[in-house]
Amino acid sequence: MTGDTPHFDEMLRADGSVREPYDEFCAWYTSQDASRLRTKARDAENFFRRTGITFAVYGEEEASERLIPFDIVPRIISGREWARLSRGIEQRVRAINAFLYDIYHRQEILRAGRIPIDLIAKNDAYLPQMIGMDPPGGIYTHIIGVDIVRTGPNQFYVLEDNARTPSGVSYMLENRETMLHMFPELFRKNKVREVSDYPRKLRRSLAASAPRACNGQPEIAVLTPGIHNSAYFEHSFLADQMGAELVEGHDLRVIDGRVAMRTTRGYRAIDVLYRRVDDDYLDPLTFRPESALGVPGIMDVYRAGGITIANAPGTGISDDKALYSYMPEIIEFYTGEKAILENVPTWRCSEADSLAYVLEHLSELVVKEVHGSGGYGMLVGPAANRRELAAFRDKLKARPGNYIAQPTLALSTVPIMTRQGLAPRHVDLRPFVLVSPKGIDITPGGLTRVALKKGSLVVNSSQGGGTKDSWVLDE
Amino acid sequence: MLGKTAGGLFWMQRYLERSENIARLVDAGFRIALTRSEAAEDEWGSVLTTAGVRRAYAQRYEKVEGSSVINFLLRDKTNPNSVLSVIESARNNARLVRTALTREVWEATNECWMTLKEALRTQISDNDLPDVLSLIRQQSALVRGAQSGTMMRNDIYFFAQLGAFVERSDSTARILDVKYYVLLPSLSYVGSSLDNVQWETILRSVSAYRAFRWLNPGETNPRNIAQFMILDQVMPRSLAFCAGRMAGALEAIAREYGGSGSSLELASALRRDLETANIDMIVDNGLHQFIQDFIKRNNAISAQIEQEFRFYL
Repeated sequence: MTGDTPHFDEMLRADGSVREPYDEFCAWYTSQDASRLRTKARDAENFFRRTGITFAVYGEEEASERLIPFDIVPRIISGREWARLSRGIEQRVRAINAFLYDIYHRQEILRAGRIPIDLIAKNDAYLPQMIGMDPPGGIYTHIIGVDIVRTGPNQFYVLEDNARTPSGVSYMLENRETMLHMFPELFRKNKVREVSDYPRKLRRSLAASAPRACNGQPEIAVLTPGIHNSAYFEHSFLADQMGAELVEGHDLRVIDGRVAMRTTRGYRAIDVLYRRVDDDYLDPLTFRPESALGVPGIMDVYRAGGITIANAPGTGISDDKALYSYMPEIIEFYTGEKAILENVPTWRCSEADSLAYVLEHLSELVVKEVHGSGGYGMLVGPAANRRELAAFRDKLKARPGNYIAQPTLALSTVPIMTRQGLAPRHVDLRPFVLVSPKGIDITPGGLTRVALKKGSLVVNSSQGGGTKDSWVLDE
Repeated sequence: MLGKTAGGLFWMQRYLERSENIARLVDAGFRIALTRSEAAEDEWGSVLTTAGVRRAYAQRYEKVEGSSVINFLLRDKTNPNSVLSVIESARNNARLVRTALTREVWEATNECWMTLKEALRTQISDNDLPDVLSLIRQQSALVRGAQSGTMMRNDIYFFAQLGAFVERSDSTARILDVKYYVLLPSLSYVGSSLDNVQWETILRSVSAYRAFRWLNPGETNPRNIAQFMILDQVMPRSLAFCAGRMAGALEAIAREYGGSGSSLELASALRRDLETANIDMIVDNGLHQFIQDFIKRNNAISAQIEQEFRFYL
């Protein structure tokens, strides 16, 4: 895919006029001295480095802590656009929780024949241990980060529902802090909706899902795999901001039917565990026996109502890429409404007709591994050369069930600041959603990831993507 | 507080303290090498022994000479006690306990690590050494300043304090352990210029040369120096001062927790013994034995703290 392909720019129309949400910003930007802005951008980078807002890159000894590049041009969404987006997100999140409850209980959707049984039964992300289990408060996904892309003024697609342990919320918060610090005048001109109370809301939301065993004020802890994990900064940031302990598996032990953490004064029971450890590693007695990251016996405590695990084990089934193409049916089945946000049309390579189509049109499509993430193991057809296409064709033929394919979307662009001035780059958006028995809360904005390379569609930070502050205007 | 967090705070501070102590030892050694070249090799040897890395050094280098010793002590990554390694360990512990640190303390620690990593990237020439050494002291002073100005005086602060004083008293005791013989009364050596240099080195390696001069104008003798290094109640690196601070920190934690264990008993006993001792008795009963005994008791307190507050188990 090249930069010349027609696409929707969120700031500038084709005739060069400015789209409304960006009016104030553009007026400000043109009045600024370019070298001052560049200095500010460098300041921002130093700030991130000093604060240690980094992510670890696996397998690189030297530069093992890297910064995610930050671009100072905000991504601006109008209040009206956001209203529609958040209605669509809320509908989706409701459906996902209903779906999870259903497939771990009566499985009405399978009885109704709306999705194939094999897709659940033969899926590693479906945990038989969760069958018949009622998570505290009835919530499966306390925290969701829905990846959304845009192709036109009113055209939004959901790319992925991150329903396991979505990351990036710390960047949303730090990006805003940085912008407030660098350009306070911008926030006087634009009424930007607040994001900074996310940690407080997260705490409240987790506390509202406390288990039966909790008496008094719920004790909340964040479970991290440790300081070498790529998202460790975020784990410690969230624990710190919530005023919760940051624990690792070896700090925890099951005592008298509760999961307790080792403190300087003895063991203290935890009510709600916000875990940033994958299902597989959560409990060596139930899942991977060699895992040292989890807590032996935590699943028994969970089943007996002694702890809330957020997100619940087994939620991964709902954001499995093989299931993604059924999301419109799933939403309709549980909400009785048509999906507000569109799904990207998807070919399931496990089906012979689809596979034939995909093989024929490979150079136009994006092909993803069903269980992959982070942009690894994926093919962007229009950007691939003939050799890469041929190699991928072989992979597809060997294991068709392992892949899905989607059309290459003309993702919208937002300008970034370059040495040559503003230049359009492709973006996506990950809004963060909190779910508790008291309701659903969507933080206005989210994390905008931007492909810094001209024409590139890959926004992942592990592959050269950057981030922007994301504004929702209060209108 | 998590036991792991208490351990992380304790070790973060021990490593920070250690980086400064190593810089000080290198500084004192470098000074002797400059002013008395014939004593240089011996002096670098005792610096290595004091830093506890003599054997590790011998495995990498054949000869004891200034440039190798400086390299090994400041920037050798294979030496877990080089300034570079120690600062990295301090910063890793700070990351581990990030939720217990104020933003200022975390940033100062992170910046200390970034600055020193850069300064120690390449071999350090004799010309650059003084600047690098003062940079090391400056960076750890910035961290301490942030701690002093922004931390609440609760268990978080006091576990860090314990780390600082366990490390510091160990360091002062090791300096004395290696050099105790120059502090013994011996007719033949009194007043010799070699002794003068050795005494000066001891005082310089605890950054107290000038303070000692002020307190003992015109009167430099081994007994005074031993008294100053071991029993002085206001010199911040003396054994008595460190023992007092350890016991004080444990008392503060006991007040906060509403009870105490045997680490406080051990530390209080050590403090009391140093308060009531006098230097003549110590020297008469055997200075070396006294210092070795102190090191053992200091280690026992450290091990007891570790166990009592569940750092690891």
